[in-house]
Amino acid sequence: MDFTEVQIQRYSRHILLQDVGVEGQEKINNGKVLIVGAGGLGAPIALYLAAAGVGTIGIIDGDVVDLSNLQRQVIHFTPDVNKPKVISSKEKINMINSDVKVITYYKLLTAENALEIIQNYDFVVDGTDNFPVKFLINDACVIAKKPFSHGGILRFDGQTLTYVPGSACYRCLFHSPPPPNVVPTCSQAGVLGAIAGMLGTIQAAEVLKYLTGVGDLLTNRILTFNAKTMEFRTIKTKHNDYCPVCGSHPTVTGLIDYEQAVCEIESLRKNK
Amino acid sequence: MSKISVNGKIQDVNTPISIIDLITQNNVAQPSMVSIQLNGQFVNRDDYENTQISEGDEVDFLYFMGGGQ
Ligand SMILES: [Zn+2]
Repeated sequence: MDFTEVQIQRYSRHILLQDVGVEGQEKINNGKVLIVGAGGLGAPIALYLAAAGVGTIGIIDGDVVDLSNLQRQVIHFTPDVNKPKVISSKEKINMINSDVKVITYYKLLTAENALEIIQNYDFVVDGTDNFPVKFLINDACVIAKKPFSHGGILRFDGQTLTYVPGSACYRCLFHSPPPPNVVPTCSQAGVLGAIAGMLGTIQAAEVLKYLTGVGDLLTNRILTFNAKTMEFRTIKTKHNDYCPVCGSHPTVTGLIDYEQAVCEIESLRKNK
Repeated sequence: MSKISVNGKIQDVNTPISIIDLITQNNVAQPSMVSIQLNGQFVNRDDYENTQISEGDEVDFLYFMGGGQ
C-alpha cells in the first residue's frame, strides 16, 4: 500500500512512533475489526479505530439510539435518537475518515450467525451489555481461533482482557454465565458515563497493538479498575485446563444462545 | 492469625479458612457474581467449601461485569 501525501499527514503521529512507523500504519489500514455493540464501549472503540485508519470496521448492533444512551455513547448525537445505532455510527466514522470501509449489521449476534460474521475479521471487540453475548463472543472466537478483547463495565468499575488463541479465555476465568436476573447483570444498574470511555479506549489500544504487533497484549491477565479510588490492577491469569471451551475436555463444542435476564429483554423491547 | 493477600491487599485471617468463608468475611454481597483465583489458578465453584487458604496465599475476587452499552 502506498500512502498519499494526505494520508501521510493524517497518520503522521502514528508514523512518527518508532514502534509503528509507515509499516505499522499500513497494518492498521489493512486491518479488519468487528465491534460487537455500538454503545458505551463500542462508541469510543469505533471513534478511535476510525481515526487510526483501521481499513474495515464491522459494527453489529440491533438497537436504535435512545435518549438515555447519550450520557455515555459518545458516537451518537441528540438528532440520532431513534436511528439504528449502526447507521449513526457509520455516519460518524465516514465523517472522521473516508479511508475506513464500514460494514453494518443491524441485528443481534447469535449462535446462528456468529461464526459466519466473525470469520471476515482479524480481531473482534466485545462492547456488549449482557452475559449471553459476552459468552457467545468468547466461544465463537475460541472455536474460530480468532483474537478478541473482552470488556465489561458496571457502576464505577471496568474490566478487560485480551484473548489470542492459546491464552486464557473469558471462560477460563468465568466458567459460565451468572444466573439470569441477578441484579448487576441488568443495564438498569447504572454506570458513570466516562467509565465507558476509560475502558473502551483501553480496548481500542489493544486492537491497535494487535494489528501493529507492538507491545504486550493483555493476554493471560485481566485489568480491572475502580473509578472511585482510581486504582488499576492487573491480575495474572492462566489457561484453565478445566475450561469448558478451551480446556482439555471441553463441554462447550458449539455455540449457545443463553437466556437473557428478563429486565434486559424488557429494556430491549422498550428501545425498539 | 495468618497473612494472606486478597485482591492485592494484605489481610489477617484465622487460617485455615475455606474460600466460602473468606467470601463471607469479605462481605461479598452476591457470591454468584464472583469468580475466585487462588495463587493465579481458577477455583471451581464446587470446590469453594473444601478449598482451604493458608498463610501467604494470594486470592483474587474477579467480579462479573456485564455492562458495555
Ligand atoms: Zn478457556
